[in-house]
Amino acid sequence: MKKNIFYLSVLLFFTFIFTIFYLGLDKSNFYKPKEVKNKNLEEFTSTELFSNKQLSSKYIIENNNFTLINIWSSWCAPCRSEHAILMNLSKKTDLNIIGLNYKDKKNNAIKFLDELGNPYSKNLIDADGTISISLGAYGVPESFLLNNKSIVIRKYIGPLTSDNISEIIKIIQ
Amino acid sequence: MISSHIGYYSLLLGFIISVSLLFYSIFYLKKNSQKINQNIFSLLFLQFFIVVISFLSLVYSFIISDFSNETVYNNSHSTKPLFYKITGTWGNHEGSLLLWLLVLTLFIFLFIIFSKKQPVKYRLLSIFFQQIIISGFFLFLLLTSNPFNFLFPIPNEGLGLNPILQDPALAIHPPILYLGYVGSSIIFSASLASLIQNNINKLWATHIKKWIQIAWFFLTIGILLGSIWAYYELGWGGFWFWDPVENVSLMPWLCLTALFHTVIVLEKRNLLKSWTLILSIATFTFSMIGTFLVRSGILNSVHTFANDPERGVFILIFLFSLIFLSIILFFIYQVKESNTEKNFFLISKETSILINNWFMMYFLSVVLIGTTYPIFLEVITNEKISIGPPFFNKLMVPFLILFLIFMALGSNLKWIKDNYKNIKYSKIVLFFICILISFYIVKKTSSDVLFTSVLGAAALYLLFVNIREFLSKNNNISQTISHFGFSLFVLSILLNSLFSDEFSANMKLGQELVHKKEQIKFSKIKSIDKENYKSIIANFEIKDDEKNITSLYPEIRIYNQPNILTSEADIKTTIFLDKFIVINLIKGEEIFNVRYQTKPFMIWIWISVCLISIGGILGVLKKN
Amino acid sequence: MIRIVKYILLISFFILSFQKLSIANNISSEVDKISKNLRCLICQGQSVYDSQSDFALSMKILISKKIKEGKSEKQIYEYLKNQYGEWIVYDPEFNRKNLILWIFPLILFIFGGLLIYRKVFIN
Repeated sequence: MKKNIFYLSVLLFFTFIFTIFYLGLDKSNFYKPKEVKNKNLEEFTSTELFSNKQLSSKYIIENNNFTLINIWSSWCAPCRSEHAILMNLSKKTDLNIIGLNYKDKKNNAIKFLDELGNPYSKNLIDADGTISISLGAYGVPESFLLNNKSIVIRKYIGPLTSDNISEIIKIIQ
Repeated sequence: MISSHIGYYSLLLGFIISVSLLFYSIFYLKKNSQKINQNIFSLLFLQFFIVVISFLSLVYSFIISDFSNETVYNNSHSTKPLFYKITGTWGNHEGSLLLWLLVLTLFIFLFIIFSKKQPVKYRLLSIFFQQIIISGFFLFLLLTSNPFNFLFPIPNEGLGLNPILQDPALAIHPPILYLGYVGSSIIFSASLASLIQNNINKLWATHIKKWIQIAWFFLTIGILLGSIWAYYELGWGGFWFWDPVENVSLMPWLCLTALFHTVIVLEKRNLLKSWTLILSIATFTFSMIGTFLVRSGILNSVHTFANDPERGVFILIFLFSLIFLSIILFFIYQVKESNTEKNFFLISKETSILINNWFMMYFLSVVLIGTTYPIFLEVITNEKISIGPPFFNKLMVPFLILFLIFMALGSNLKWIKDNYKNIKYSKIVLFFICILISFYIVKKTSSDVLFTSVLGAAALYLLFVNIREFLSKNNNISQTISHFGFSLFVLSILLNSLFSDEFSANMKLGQELVHKKEQIKFSKIKSIDKENYKSIIANFEIKDDEKNITSLYPEIRIYNQPNILTSEADIKTTIFLDKFIVINLIKGEEIFNVRYQTKPFMIWIWISVCLISIGGILGVLKKN
Repeated sequence: MIRIVKYILLISFFILSFQKLSIANNISSEVDKISKNLRCLICQGQSVYDSQSDFALSMKILISKKIKEGKSEKQIYEYLKNQYGEWIVYDPEFNRKNLILWIFPLILFIFGGLLIYRKVFIN
């Protein structure tokens, strides 16, 4: 009897492991950070691309109801395709769009904006990529929608889609 | 085109043979025949031969770059050197599974040839169980991972093999690793057979020991090759990353090492029967678990195969069928332990082997839970965590100290019962000397001095004990070499991690930097066009304080197909230390990121693993 | 006697070989140490230390900045966990959620010890 119970529990144990492994197959093995809503954006200061002035993030954000920070770079292909959408957004609304120029060369960045238009009200330089990291981003492009208290309302990883844009418009109105 | 047909139909035929062997073996078992029928021999040979044909036709498709074959298209390119076209055959999921089958069929064929002294029923049962595994893998290949799928229209060019796999060490790593990893299947089949036959005794132990030693030897060398490859190709000077792929090769190794020791107890004392069987079954089960974890894509690893959930489900069901089958057989056929089971004495060789097993199982459980816990956590709580080197180090290293001490004290004890008096005072004195030496070496480092000193002392002690053993007259040469190798292994890793030094900077051509006592000069750069890549070779001159100049030539390769950049480190190895340099391009600039490392005793890590495995293989060659 | 000489030779060989080695302890080695314990989000099989992705390179610069600010190793891990989740560190916390992970091997070890004890002493 004792023996039977022992073998039965061994079988049950392995059935449990089987179930876990089976369920585990459905999970993605790629990690994406959870989107923590209503998190405070860390403050930073950086140089403006055109004016070469030092600007603090707090100053830019608190003077507007909503701010969209967009991390971009001239060498990043998805940013190129995203750019038209941003141009559109800046024409349609008076949303304060801030560019964060990620690991770029100044000349290339200016050339890129000359060529494709400038949707940004300000463009801050993130030459070594550390500002983006401190914001919790991990690639280009990535965008953060903030209210005037520097709180992240939405975070978009990868290029913005037209669905994202309509969501943004809905929020800011 | 034709070769794919040949390969595919060979596989089908091989599967049919496998099924017929299953029936044949049952048929002859019932007939109680005194000899193994010639038909079975012929079928086993035919099966092996056919898998060879199938394998060769895949190799041939790779050689002639037959892109009508999907596997070739996905993993090869016409400009690739011939050598890597051939080795590319097993550098992918489908081809490597064909290699699995090849090893599975090879081992059962050899097993039947070399087990003529064993009972007929036992051999038939071994064939039966091995054919269950073989037919499972045939099905797996045919249903989910056919290496001979056709593509139409036929592409002009293949996608190419990942450049980091185009490497001599990695080319021979899979075949050797599989000889151990898959070779353990024969231990699995044979132990289930002996369980049913109830012939678990000294004779059986002597016979199965050789197979354990062979599988263990190849597994050890296979892991070593993978590590060496990671050292110069993948890592920035690291050689073991606790990556899932590495962990799944370590698990069967730990299990097999425990078995390696336990089977000696069975051979000499006819003890620990069911434990030996459990370990035999567990070893191959861990190989299968590893295959599942790596091939299903359930875990994220540096080198993943193309993932397909369907494959995962298949291996999972197959794996658990084998586990359940073993449990049920254990339930039906009880193992009868011998009467001498009660004669276990504290100071004896068998107890020290039990202690070895105790630690091996502990290390195994650490690796197992460290590898699979993220799966459990994600399924149950939907959270993801990473488990890496700090976890393994924290749980393994403290126990390693005890393990080393037990190893030094236990391995030369006598069977049945030894005496306290044989533990001489000189040993205690020796241990204190070891602590002093170790403390002297460690005290300059910034690490936890007490802990590291004790670890170093334990390893040193084992080293000295084995040297002394080596000098004594009646020693067990294979054991001494292996254990000596192990102490050297721990010592070199310890010293390596304590004294490794790294310097990294961005440098321009012509620039010279000083790091500690060395001057590092970026003196030259040139670019060369090779068959399937363009190579940028830099030249660095390292001048030490005695004005000795070492020239190092790290390289960046820009492969054309697929378009991937790789950094090839240049390593100058001397008996004391490796000088390791690697460069990286910095986007859009003329400067390179340079990493220069000095890694002491690197070569001793490789040498010690070789010693460990040589010790193991000596046991096979030794006549009883 | 010869044996003792052999030992002495061996020991001195060992000690002598350490004269050439020395130990680094500066910011860059501190960054290496920390980045080895962080997992890269871009190439997820690798550590930040091993990876050459833009993310990893920037991360290393950020770490060195934090060290210069006077942050301790632990504070840096906490900071990054807060940004990217617990996943980013290779060293899982010892908490309720990970309890089984940490104690399972230890329980097994104790259990194994008891089995051996029973085998040797009880019979």
